[in-house]
Amino acid sequence: MIEFVLNGRGRRVRVPPMKRLLDVLREDCSLPGTKEGCGEGECGACSVLLDGRTVCSCLVPVVQVRGARVVTVEGLDRGGRPSALQRAFIDLGAAQCGICTPGMLVTAAELLRHARGRVPSEEEVREALAGNLCRCTGYQKIVDAVRAAARGASRDGAAGTSGARAPGRSRAGTARAKRSRTARTKRSRRRG
Amino acid sequence: MARRARLPRASRTVLRPPASVGRSVPRLEGLDKVTGRALYVDDLRVPGVLHGRTVRSTIARGRIKRVRLDPAFDWSGVVVADHRDIPGENLVALIEDDQPLLAAEEIHHAEEPILLLAHEDPERVEAATRAVRIEYEPLEPVLTIEDSLARKAPLYRDDNVFKNILIERGDVERGLAGSDLVIEGEYRCGHQEQLYIENNGMIAERTPDGGLLVRGSLQCPYYVHKALVRAFALPPDKVRIVQTVTGGGFGGKEEYPSMIGGHAALLAWKSGRPVKIVYDRLEDIAATTKRHPAAIKLRTGVRRDGTLVANAIDIVMDGGAYVTLSPVVLSRGAIHAAGPYRCPNVSIRARAVATNTPPNGAFRGFGAPQTQFAVECHMDRIAAALGLDPLELRRRNAYRLGDVTPTGQVLRESVGALEALETAARRARWAERRARHERENRDNEARERPAGLGGAAAGRRRGETSRNGAGPRANGRRLRRGIGLALAYHGAGFTGSGEVKLGSIAALDLSHDGRPRILSASTEIGQGTTTMFAQLVAETLGVPADFVAVETPDTGLVPDSGPTVASRTCMVVGGLLEKCARAMRERLELFAERPIRDARDFQRIARRFLAERGPLRFERGYEKPPEIEWDDDRYRGDAYGVFSYGCCVVEVEVDLDTGETRVLRTIATADIGKAIHPILAAGQIEGGTVQGLGYGLLEEVRWKDGRVWNHQLTNYIIPTSMDASPIEVVIVELPYSRGPFGAKGVGELPMDAPAPAIVAAIAHATGARIDEIPVTPERLLEGLRDGARRDGSRSSPGSRRGGKRS
Ligand code: FES
Ligand code: FES
Repeated sequence: MIEFVLNGRGRRVRVPPMKRLLDVLREDCSLPGTKEGCGEGECGACSVLLDGRTVCSCLVPVVQVRGARVVTVEGLDRGGRPSALQRAFIDLGAAQCGICTPGMLVTAAELLRHARGRVPSEEEVREALAGNLCRCTGYQKIVDAVRAAARGASRDGAAGTSGARAPGRSRAGTARAKRSRTARTKRSRRRG
Repeated sequence: MARRARLPRASRTVLRPPASVGRSVPRLEGLDKVTGRALYVDDLRVPGVLHGRTVRSTIARGRIKRVRLDPAFDWSGVVVADHRDIPGENLVALIEDDQPLLAAEEIHHAEEPILLLAHEDPERVEAATRAVRIEYEPLEPVLTIEDSLARKAPLYRDDNVFKNILIERGDVERGLAGSDLVIEGEYRCGHQEQLYIENNGMIAERTPDGGLLVRGSLQCPYYVHKALVRAFALPPDKVRIVQTVTGGGFGGKEEYPSMIGGHAALLAWKSGRPVKIVYDRLEDIAATTKRHPAAIKLRTGVRRDGTLVANAIDIVMDGGAYVTLSPVVLSRGAIHAAGPYRCPNVSIRARAVATNTPPNGAFRGFGAPQTQFAVECHMDRIAAALGLDPLELRRRNAYRLGDVTPTGQVLRESVGALEALETAARRARWAERRARHERENRDNEARERPAGLGGAAAGRRRGETSRNGAGPRANGRRLRRGIGLALAYHGAGFTGSGEVKLGSIAALDLSHDGRPRILSASTEIGQGTTTMFAQLVAETLGVPADFVAVETPDTGLVPDSGPTVASRTCMVVGGLLEKCARAMRERLELFAERPIRDARDFQRIARRFLAERGPLRFERGYEKPPEIEWDDDRYRGDAYGVFSYGCCVVEVEVDLDTGETRVLRTIATADIGKAIHPILAAGQIEGGTVQGLGYGLLEEVRWKDGRVWNHQLTNYIIPTSMDASPIEVVIVELPYSRGPFGAKGVGELPMDAPAPAIVAAIAHATGARIDEIPVTPERLLEGLRDGARRDGSRSSPGSRRGGKRS
């Protein structure tokens, strides 16, 4: 029996401990919003928040979420109404076929939370989303939507006041490989 | 009060006459997609479902000697089906009937399906695939265009050629002889994987009436329908195909769903249970269709002022193992091969050949990105040879109203080539950026010389350049920047007499709650069909778009409006819907004896109509505009009703030591007649542009013995948000009189220009003209070493050879 908090509610599942979190969410928790695009940590379609950090649920054995907080796309709304981010995705055309959208939203939600009301630059958004592949949009509208949502949030005063930078968003354990050459070099440069 | 409560929310909130067309209304299925509620095929729960798997050939060519099920494996509960279980014909019906649903004896390509397995437990069925032993008698495969043309082995008829096309206008040899300069070039492009993020998948079940219900991720329900009717020898009304929410297609779900749908259906047929087949990424990349590789030669005669005089073009495309869609891909490629340029003497010879690789198929652009890559690279080579600015060369030759294409088509209206070109050049500040990059590259070169690779003299500043920052300098890296552009055009709708043969039908009826309901087989695959259709109908009826219902593409409910391909959905099918809507409006206003005021009024009238007169439905079929003439045998006439035009400008930064290219900035303009929904249209342009960027720079399918070697997302690289640069889109609207509200096609055009624009930008940055895409770092470094490929204009008449690559 594994217990965790799923989209704000306690949840228990009786499944093999090594079962992928992705499958547990989709099959055992009946939340098919989280998608599988590759099953090997490359596409980000399966992204969920694990204790506030984006992880690829296709790489996480469910045993690892014991006692943790998991948020999926189904948990991103605001009491049944779409969040500013979801709204921006609809209004600005950031979801085309929609298959990458759940993962994009989850990843962007983490970015916005860390940005705390600051509007992240285009570069920052692109970097944050580099592990989420989209084949439809060319990314521009996704980047625009994330920034628009951030602007909306800062206008609403919904976020904090400090201009402090987001803490380093290392993705320990389940860090997804940044596949693109640019992304990879950029990343190592940042670390170095 | 009661009446008010029954009305849908939309009709209460919007009461003023809504302008739908030209406005970016929220996409109708948007909310489902951002909340995770949209159900894709793999999300559907089907009680009692079995999971199907496909056992495929591991060799590229040969014979099956024996198929054995390992007796050590526990086969209980595993459904096994092979070609003998197919109730009808063993084929995937498309253009020619040469592709079997399951190989019986001969193997024509690696990953050819041989055996199907199904079990309740996905892990058991997976294990079962490993317990199948197949013995082959292998034969030497033909894996390249060259080997196919050399007839290394007989694969198709006596010459290995699936299709031959010859397009001629004027007298090419005389034209070439009379030119000031003849420039030759040879260009190659490899396979490209569509890489929709949702893999192919279908669920099939037997219906109580002895038929089949197949649901899944697909672009063309009636293609699957046609294939299953043949394979199962069923009457058409016993086969029902339903599209589920589809996670991208790009052509990759045009013909292949007939295969996977047939497989799922066969397992369901045999077992009597519902069967789901959803590919994983490895299988999807390894086994399904890709963009046709091509080898293209151009021999072009020009006058000293840049005027094109003659163009001799030879195209060979690799069709793969079966005919599938190759003839039509080749046809579109050939028709677009001379680019959007006036030229009095043109000959285009095109062939699609057979090889022992998985069949290549539809992919956004459908042959045109290959041939326009070649002609655009060639235009840059010509400009360099003449010492002309590439923009100026195109400006002088681009199509204008009244010009004639190689098939003899007179461009009568909506010719936006120059507008697209000039708009892009202006937006990019072409001349200024070009001069600046040249200056900075010279400075950098000068700076690097004394300092050497250590970069002691400059660029010590840690950190790199920002995307639009000052010149390239960083840590002793030798960086160069360049700008390039390409112009392209794309015919909307099926080629030649294709639309006449298709005879598409779309319909509009009234739902019982008195709303207009769209009935068409055209699929929403992310591009926005649903919303755009609703807008066209809404505009005509004077109601808001979200008041219009759009029926799921389900062959049991909707007429055959043709496949969702060829940039035809808005222009052709949308046009039919607009006509249906006009007829509906007329009929209802006649009935009400007054004009419809708004959605609420519409609904009131519609309900009264339904109560008093019964159902109301309008159907419209494609009618060929009288001015369009096409001769299939001679390949002459109006290949398309109209063309869209687009220009792409990119700026790149190249690292001379690593060969890596970074795209800094992208501008895409498109003359699409009319943007029904500007955000959706821009989304098409941006998405297509980035796919084109991947095509030009990153995406390479690598093969080993006829099998895809890099069938993972780790090693088949598509652009990420960091590989793609910011994109500026400018939509140019030169209306087409026969398109709905002036609209032409938009879906494929953006795929045509980015790859050659990138090659041009790299050439501008480094002097190395690379004739083969993708321009991987390895290829670029090789090009940089090869001084022979550097530009140098040559003014003497006669032949100038460039871009060899054999
Ligand atoms: S499914 Fe692709 S990263 Fe998890
Ligand atoms: S919207 Fe289709 S993959 Fe992103």
